[in-house]
Amino acid sequence: MPSELRLRVESGLGNGRVRVNIRRAMDHLVHKRAAAFPDAEEREGLRAQGEAIRAEALARLPELLETLERTCTGNGMRVHWAETAAEANRIALDILRAKGARTLIKGKSMVSEEMGLNAFLAAEGIEAVETDLGELILQLGGERPSHIIAPAIHKDRYEVAELFGRCFPELPYREDIEGLTAAARAVMRERFRAATAGLSGVNFAVAETGTLCLVENEGNGRLCTSAPDVHIAVMGIEKVIARLDQLPPLLTLLTRSATGQPVTTYVNLISGPRRAGERDGPSEVHLILLDNGRSRVYADPELRDTLRCIRCGACMNHCPIYARLGGHAYGTVYPGPIGSILEPQLQGLDRQGELAEASTLCGACAEACPVKIPIPKLLNRLRWEAVRPDPDAPTLAPGSRRRALPALGWWLWAWVYASPGRYRAISTLAGRLRWLAPRRLGAWTRSRTAPVPAPRPLSRLVEAEGFERE
Amino acid sequence: MRPPTEVLFFGTCLIDLLFPQAGLSAMRLLREAGVRVIYPRGQTCCGQPAWNSGYREEARRVALTQLDALAGDRPVVVPSGSCAGMLRVHYPSLFAGTADEARAKALAGRVYELTEFLVRVLDWHPKDLGPPLRVAVHHSCSARRELGIADAAAALLRRLDQVEAVEPDHGSECCGFGGTFAIKQPELSAAMAGDKAEAIRSTGAQVLVSQDCGCLMNLGGTLARQGGGPRVRHIAELLWERTHAE
Ligand code: SF4
Repeated sequence: MPSELRLRVESGLGNGRVRVNIRRAMDHLVHKRAAAFPDAEEREGLRAQGEAIRAEALARLPELLETLERTCTGNGMRVHWAETAAEANRIALDILRAKGARTLIKGKSMVSEEMGLNAFLAAEGIEAVETDLGELILQLGGERPSHIIAPAIHKDRYEVAELFGRCFPELPYREDIEGLTAAARAVMRERFRAATAGLSGVNFAVAETGTLCLVENEGNGRLCTSAPDVHIAVMGIEKVIARLDQLPPLLTLLTRSATGQPVTTYVNLISGPRRAGERDGPSEVHLILLDNGRSRVYADPELRDTLRCIRCGACMNHCPIYARLGGHAYGTVYPGPIGSILEPQLQGLDRQGELAEASTLCGACAEACPVKIPIPKLLNRLRWEAVRPDPDAPTLAPGSRRRALPALGWWLWAWVYASPGRYRAISTLAGRLRWLAPRRLGAWTRSRTAPVPAPRPLSRLVEAEGFERE
Repeated sequence: MRPPTEVLFFGTCLIDLLFPQAGLSAMRLLREAGVRVIYPRGQTCCGQPAWNSGYREEARRVALTQLDALAGDRPVVVPSGSCAGMLRVHYPSLFAGTADEARAKALAGRVYELTEFLVRVLDWHPKDLGPPLRVAVHHSCSARRELGIADAAAALLRRLDQVEAVEPDHGSECCGFGGTFAIKQPELSAAMAGDKAEAIRSTGAQVLVSQDCGCLMNLGGTLARQGGGPRVRHIAELLWERTHAE
């Protein structure tokens, strides 16, 4: 029986328009990244630096998080710790309630997606308004992001024009990108003016100085974090770095890897609420630090590499599977290669372990990753975790994908291949009986012809050719 | 450094069973290049299928057989990027913390993919005797990324005077084989192989070559099912044909 993932794959592959849109967009981003790193030596130097900075941060994570709490608090922010998504939602709600906020304007934040914040707030009678253009498009259409950097990348401008036409009949119908952005801006301005609370994600949090760094291209992030009276920042605990001087190399890696930009249009460094005498900025800044399973990932020295991620999206852009499916088929908040290593760890191998199998291990992701996360190696590790019969393994639901039949199959396979004698007997027999070889081999032959054993295996031919055997 | 005079040849199970001509061509090439080629009887499979499916215990059992078969200090030549990658890159992890760790590491240091060995160790220059030919080359992901040796196959093709080698559109993209992936995600695999086959066709090449029979089985099967298209050859077969045209 096809699994859930395979069913979603089928519908993803079947959606021709999405496939064309995604492929074109990914090719474009791959090209832009390549152009942004014209010098391979410089690129590799930067990647090594990025890897080292993130690895150092993770090696000192508990200490850096304590420092971050102290410095942020010293800067006048309020720091909250959330072990689960539900706790983070509750904390955000309490802040909003205390302010009497009825709406929350949001900059783009994948952690808020992870929390399911919008739906949670809606149930509590608070409206969350997405202000990033891509996120706005999705919110209007009732969709989820399909890419962590470019959330509406699966849509083309005609689809967006049609959506805007439906949602904002009062605005003139436009199909050009400028017209569409202008329409979004007109709608958004009002929301910014009226809002009392704003929310953003965090790209990097600097422990040394208590600074939150947020990059964006639309200026909506700056408005969300500075126009309303209260700013709530949400971040995964792994996003901390030690020092301010580590920020520039990470920023250039992030933007060049993500969109091929040397720098984003906006780089926001947030270091606390409005001070006495300052004329703008929020009066309260809250930082919510979300764990949500990251501590468990952190505990294993190999799997910990997952947390080096700076969420640039390059692994998706370079992934041949993502390019054919788009993000929705993954059925998770984080799609693509990073999602395939992160989600099985956050949600459990029983629920998302199949994602680790949906890869050819081609390595295009790891080659592009700015912090050199060995994604194929981690996929391989998770495949092991998913079938290893060891309840004490360090992952969530280890062994949960082990089934009796495949396990027996592999045992038999090893029984044959671990013995040169048995192996030789079987390969010779296969050659003799090649006329019996099936023409149909399940899914393989739906699009390919079946391979047929050669009359005599190589091991027999070498002798006839006069090669020595030992 | 003087090039080695003797090598062990690891034929791989896929070549042994399905594509022995590829293995034979590789051995003949090495012999012609002046190397004594020995085929260890005890070899079976590198263990990669189980390793990539998470069955590490089973992979280790099979890999142990190769540690025995390929013991000693002679170089091991493998006509496949992915099996060479298994021996070189993954054996040390597979045996980490076991009694065989040192043996695995020692073997890893002696493993060469065929084209890598021909170019980087032997600096072999083939003499092209064939007529003009357009060849599409698909570098396997293991050769290209895991081992970083795609340049060796490319160099060999360049050294064939009458051969014009072309890479298809999206050349660096995976063909969609991925071992058990082709069975576990058949729709995705077929979509990737289909796109790759189309890109290969539109190069107008008469022959498709690769360092890896896994990719060739996938692409050759796809091309054959569609009908027409280039002939499919392991790069060793092409090299042998070109240097021995009648
Ligand atoms: S895994 Fe690497 S490439 Fe993928 S999003 Fe994270 S940092 Fe970027």
